[in-house]
Amino acid sequence: MSAGTLYDKVWELHRVADLPGGATQLFIGLHLIHEVTSPQAFAALDDLGLSVRHPGRTVATVDHIVPTTSQARPFADPLAEEMLATLEANCARHGITLHGLGSGRQGIVHVIAPELGLTQPGMTVACGDSHTSTHGAFGAIAFGIGTSQVRDVLASQSLAMGKLKVRRIRVEGTLQPGVYAKDLVLHVIRTLGVKGGVGYAYEFAGPAIEALSMEERMTLCNMAIEGGARCGYVNPDAVTFAYLKGRPHAPAGEAWERAVAWWSALASGPDAVFDDEVVFDAATIAPTVTWGITPGQAIGVDEAVPTLEQTDSDERPIAEEAYRYMDLRPGAPIEGLPVDVCFIGSCTNGRLSDLRAAAAVARGRQVAAGIKAFVVPGSEQVAAAAEAEGLDAVFRAAGFEWREPGCSMCLAMNPDRLEGRQISASSSNRNFKGRQGSASGRTLLMSPAMVAAAAVSGHVADVRRLIATPSSPEPAPTPA
Amino acid sequence: MSATPFPAGPIHHCRGRAVVVPGDDIDTDRIIPARYLKCVTFDGLAEGVFADDRRERAGDHPFDRAASQGAAILVVNRNFGCGSSREHAPQALMRWGIRAVIGESFAEIFFGNCLALGIPCLSADHDTVLAIQAAIAAHPGALLQLDLEPPQVMLEADGERFGWPLELAAGPRRMLVSGEWNGTAQLVAHDAELRATAGRLPYLAGFAPA
Repeated sequence: MSAGTLYDKVWELHRVADLPGGATQLFIGLHLIHEVTSPQAFAALDDLGLSVRHPGRTVATVDHIVPTTSQARPFADPLAEEMLATLEANCARHGITLHGLGSGRQGIVHVIAPELGLTQPGMTVACGDSHTSTHGAFGAIAFGIGTSQVRDVLASQSLAMGKLKVRRIRVEGTLQPGVYAKDLVLHVIRTLGVKGGVGYAYEFAGPAIEALSMEERMTLCNMAIEGGARCGYVNPDAVTFAYLKGRPHAPAGEAWERAVAWWSALASGPDAVFDDEVVFDAATIAPTVTWGITPGQAIGVDEAVPTLEQTDSDERPIAEEAYRYMDLRPGAPIEGLPVDVCFIGSCTNGRLSDLRAAAAVARGRQVAAGIKAFVVPGSEQVAAAAEAEGLDAVFRAAGFEWREPGCSMCLAMNPDRLEGRQISASSSNRNFKGRQGSASGRTLLMSPAMVAAAAVSGHVADVRRLIATPSSPEPAPTPA
Repeated sequence: MSATPFPAGPIHHCRGRAVVVPGDDIDTDRIIPARYLKCVTFDGLAEGVFADDRRERAGDHPFDRAASQGAAILVVNRNFGCGSSREHAPQALMRWGIRAVIGESFAEIFFGNCLALGIPCLSADHDTVLAIQAAIAAHPGALLQLDLEPPQVMLEADGERFGWPLELAAGPRRMLVSGEWNGTAQLVAHDAELRATAGRLPYLAGFAPA
């Protein structure tokens, strides 16, 4: 059993009561809501005659259903309009802050909470969205919940939870140029499997993790859930504190010093005990691409689609299903596979550093003929920052569309979706069958820089070669 | 679709036909595609259950076969319900008629969402689940009797009875059989303890001096 880890410490601090069924009642420090998983929770609260216990500890935004072309109200889709109107009414009635469209603070829930300084080390964070694991990047214990649990947090600011085991994923060495946190996490999931993390929290540690920026740590923790781990986290350190300082909801003045002391003490100590440990070497990881229908079906861009003989017997049925669905031949190289749509964005990779990495590849190049390529900033703040440094102009000049913030084509609850059997290069997090809105649509997950490389090449390409080859000189970006 | 009432109160048993959806890593996008999530109530979700898979299989999906109609027990393989946290997935299954799930393993959020609806997810090892699935295939439309104490399932067909032990952790089992699986009231009742916990968390007070 784990002891002395950040997970153990945060768990103990937030323990309210031991419940008769054996679960622990856990205080939730930050509750994030959005338009998809909250309306039924508010309705259930009404049915029970309960009010919101701590309206100040719940924060709302709208992300899943918003169009990324025109965000004028009412939306063209009446169902989407009804969902947003319901969220607005629920927030107004219960005194919950809603960062709505045009507020300057709207965006994907897992992008805005960190950038506003709402997410802080040592908190418990819950949201009706599985990618809530993102917030673990700050040394928070953050996990996705269902709508009945959203109701419970609204009603009681707490949840009935079972304690997880803790697996330390120690990453030695240094990532190569052109290899990003996305590649690292796809490599981890490829190795440990999509169910390897079930029952665990993942602690990401070691020199390669400490060297990551906060945005890269968010990408990493975001996809812990794709490896089956309901939460993933990184111990808070100087990188964490530097990111937080000065953000709207971060402590300031003398409170800042007290906060840093409290946060620092929560990190897993040198004597911490883990239930399991796995070690990786960052230097061996190549830009990584999924070829199949689970995030674990991933290979280095320089590898071939695995054959059945190369696949564990347990994994063969889903490999065969993936060959059929993706129309890929075992043993075929992934590099050179033509794509139709290139999507840069999502809670995994829709932050400023992601857009910078993609723009560095797009700069001075052109999207290949016949390819639809678009960039969806993760938030209004990301959009403004990117525009201030001219990234939108770089993308537009290269033939990408520059869109408004939202979840977009990650999950197809808005107008952005694949059609028919289109194949996408996508910086999002799930390559499930039908995930991007077409029941036969196909998704290749990769880093934003790799998506940009695919867009300008017309097919899956190794971004390391494009980084090594300077593109043609580019005119100075037009100020936004 | 579902003729039986939704789960309420203590849950000890489940009796009904079974429907087998084989395969590992069946995610919640497949159980209920995202377009069905554009709603503010769960009421109409039954029609979306496995919608894309069923269209692809053109009537030959397990949920469309005659022997599965009216089924109450869903039998799956490994890591069922992975991916999105959408409670719409168990809600859609429940509204179609599912009242219990047997599988090799479940994604955690899915398991918790089912528990919150009073739908037990029971597990068994690979060989046992394959045996259960084979027995159901050999006896289409047969009735299954599932018990939580002890966790087990029996199949009755042609005058024969087959039985297999199942697993369900003590905590969730106790919550289901005691009727405390819908625990909002219990959480709300601990408000004094909640205040005490909140008092220990400096971030709730803006890191004011102790």
